[in-house]
Amino acid sequence: MSESLAEPFLRGKTGENARGILRLVILCLIAAAAISSRLFSVIRFESIIHEFDPWFNFRATKYLVQNGFYNFWDWFDDRTWHPLGRVTGGTLYPGLMVTSGAIYHALRALTIPVDIRNICVLLAPAFSGLTAYAIYLFTNEVSTSPSAGLLAAIFMGVAPGYISRSVAGSYDNEAIAIFLLVFTFYLWIKALKLGSAFWGALCALSYGYMVSAWGGYLFITNLIPLHVFVLLCMGRFSPRLYVSYCTWYALGTLASMQIPFVGFLPIRSSEHMSALGMFGLIQLVGFVELVRAYVPSKQFAILLRGFVLTIFTLALGILILLTFTGVIAPWTGRFYSLWDTGYAKIHIPIIASVSEHQPTAWPSFFFDLSFLIWLFPAGVYLCFQKLGDEHVFLVVYSILASYFAGVMVRLMLTLTPVVCVTAALVLSKILDIYLTIYSPPEPHDQSVPTKVKEGTGNTTEPNSPGSFRPSRLPFIGIYTSFSKSLTVSFITAYLLLFILHCTWVTSNAYSSPSVVLASRMPDGSQHIIDDYREAYQWLRQNTPTNSKIMSWWDYGYQIGGMADRPTLVDNNTWNNTHIATVGKAMSSSEEVSYPIMRQHEVDYVLVVFGGLLGYSGDDINKFLWMVRIAEGIWPDEVKERNFFTSRGEYRVDDGATQTMKDSLMYKMSYYNYHAIFPAGQTQDRVRGVKMPDVGPTLHSLDEAFTSENWIIRIYKVKDLDNLGRDHASVAQFEKGVKKRSVKKRHQTILRSE
Amino acid sequence: MAPKRSAREAASVLGTAAVKPTKASSFPKGSKTIAEPTTLTSLLGKLGQGYQRDTQQRIKLIDCFLAFLLIVGALQFLYCLLAGNYPFNAFLSGFSATVGQFVLTVSLRIQTNPENKAEFERISPERAFADYVFGSLILHFFCVNFIN
Repeated sequence: MSESLAEPFLRGKTGENARGILRLVILCLIAAAAISSRLFSVIRFESIIHEFDPWFNFRATKYLVQNGFYNFWDWFDDRTWHPLGRVTGGTLYPGLMVTSGAIYHALRALTIPVDIRNICVLLAPAFSGLTAYAIYLFTNEVSTSPSAGLLAAIFMGVAPGYISRSVAGSYDNEAIAIFLLVFTFYLWIKALKLGSAFWGALCALSYGYMVSAWGGYLFITNLIPLHVFVLLCMGRFSPRLYVSYCTWYALGTLASMQIPFVGFLPIRSSEHMSALGMFGLIQLVGFVELVRAYVPSKQFAILLRGFVLTIFTLALGILILLTFTGVIAPWTGRFYSLWDTGYAKIHIPIIASVSEHQPTAWPSFFFDLSFLIWLFPAGVYLCFQKLGDEHVFLVVYSILASYFAGVMVRLMLTLTPVVCVTAALVLSKILDIYLTIYSPPEPHDQSVPTKVKEGTGNTTEPNSPGSFRPSRLPFIGIYTSFSKSLTVSFITAYLLLFILHCTWVTSNAYSSPSVVLASRMPDGSQHIIDDYREAYQWLRQNTPTNSKIMSWWDYGYQIGGMADRPTLVDNNTWNNTHIATVGKAMSSSEEVSYPIMRQHEVDYVLVVFGGLLGYSGDDINKFLWMVRIAEGIWPDEVKERNFFTSRGEYRVDDGATQTMKDSLMYKMSYYNYHAIFPAGQTQDRVRGVKMPDVGPTLHSLDEAFTSENWIIRIYKVKDLDNLGRDHASVAQFEKGVKKRSVKKRHQTILRSE
Repeated sequence: MAPKRSAREAASVLGTAAVKPTKASSFPKGSKTIAEPTTLTSLLGKLGQGYQRDTQQRIKLIDCFLAFLLIVGALQFLYCLLAGNYPFNAFLSGFSATVGQFVLTVSLRIQTNPENKAEFERISPERAFADYVFGSLILHFFCVNFIN
């Protein structure tokens, strides 16, 4: 069937070569499309790093490039988590930084000196081209159709579900991880089909690279054993399975343990136990198969099967025992919250507070995958029809990944490759049938039905020539060129619409750098709000190099990257208590938070306030998470209930509770805010409420900087008073309020008497 | 001998073919197989006999190496149990070197076994050996790196 697809055009000896060239050209074009559709943000704005996390990766890459690999490997970073510091070399996945560092040095060796920032910005588009190629290879292993691989490559190249994490400037771990994920799967399928230790070892190396790049390697560690387990349960054990899995596990586990951040986890933690258990099980099964070859007796086989079951249950029991006694670490909260979806919200607010960790809504499936999402189940159905070893893999992968993508928005990323592959399977199947220009002659003579069926392909049903029914039975198959062209044109229209949809989504939804906020003026021209960089630049130029900045953890990486100042907490949320300390300082009154800030040597406090501009991602809207995280540690001192009115409303205007009005965050956000409005018209555009005319007063902080649109406000922490008074009384004194004057006069009178 | 070998091939391909060997082997010595496997020792003796008779010299050599690896691994594990696992990375790299080498050698044994010819039609014994060398080199590089 597949051979006949291009036969009319490419006949003869040159056909093979011409097809090869065509294939090469198509792949190059796909890579070009994948790269160019990710460049919207660079062309519209500028070549900068976007979100929060990439700023740390960028900073670490710069450190790697400047100081060399060995210094990077044991880098102790004293400019984050201020009193504690962070052992960065042991707490990051170094794959991304090492990759771009290697590219940097390779380009310099070729005498093309490119700035490291440009390499970091453009790394994700470059790797998306490689991802398209990897998925082409993967699909070719799964399908025999010549078009399936190319279709999957173009789907993967432009699907918004993947673009969302890999636009130019998003220098995040996923940029290279998805390529490695798909490539590891390709090598695994290849190793399994050939039963080759070489491909198994390559798969292990690729897996090791993946481990060094992304924490999502756990997905591979659990998916491949699951695939093997399903194959075993289906009675499909083969020596090929043994060779490929054992080579992968033995080498891959050792490779993953070379990464300092992973360390002994593959032995000690529950997430990796499925791979280990499957390794043990496959040894047992292999041994039994061997022994059965020598002693072909039925009773013996039964005996051995019992033996295997006993050992398996025994090993499982030991595993459970070890888990409960604590030798093997139980699941981490992040992983556990995938199963128990309510767990994070109750126990670990810091996980639940991230917007990417919310369940996915239906529209986002359609938004991210367009018409691939409804070809996806059909593709899985096709896999069930063929059901080779590699199709079982696709089925397992799609079930697991669609569950995870339903639980967490962020994991849509791991779903996208399998959706692209299965959709390509379906479409190539349809196209292979309907795009065959050659159609067999319409049978006028009813007595030769068998001859017709050979050409029409697999839609015909087996029909014995001797039966009497065919005189009335219609011949199944596609004969008229009308129906063929109609179907093909519909498919083409869908494909074109898909490209349009992807381009539109990429251009409108996923190509905005969060550092720069863009808005439209009434005449359609673009207005750029650049408060973040304005404020960070102010910090960089006008503060001492070692002044510590306290802010909520979202901005930690950006402050470290753009302002180059030490921070207290940042986006790597490894120390929950320290974050809760900052949360407590933000949510308590000045009398409580000033000592906390003094103890942590805070010089400047930075808050994000969007009330003037209607920028909804500001700190007042995140404030309740600060309160919750602080309440988790100090339930007596910070109470979430106190921030709500008696009717349970979260208000910032006149009706706000006293605790809310006293909190440092409220005071810092609204300090002097009423001054820019005419009296009685103070407005908060995010919350949509009218603010009181008299703003809050601050006595332990000085306003140091407020950006143009009031998005970022920086306060300087005052020194201790020279005369040893507390700041509240200093403020009272300077305002001219004479405190205790009556009492003093009374005392002097007493003394004079 | 001849029917036995064919039965073994069938059994090694798929677990579902488990019915076949009993039928095939019951032809030459039908009464023996029913009478014998009642005791475990006779079974093991039969296993040893069959192994001695049917295994190539080269594969026996590989099996010797496998037994050696097993003993080394067991000794290391025993020592770890007795003396504690303080340099845990050293224990792990030593132990996993034996485990990995064992697994790779078993893979070589499977691939070069002429009875598995049908499974590995695209891998010649020489290619299997080259794969084995490649895998072992990677394994030992990782182990040496991990032992510090």
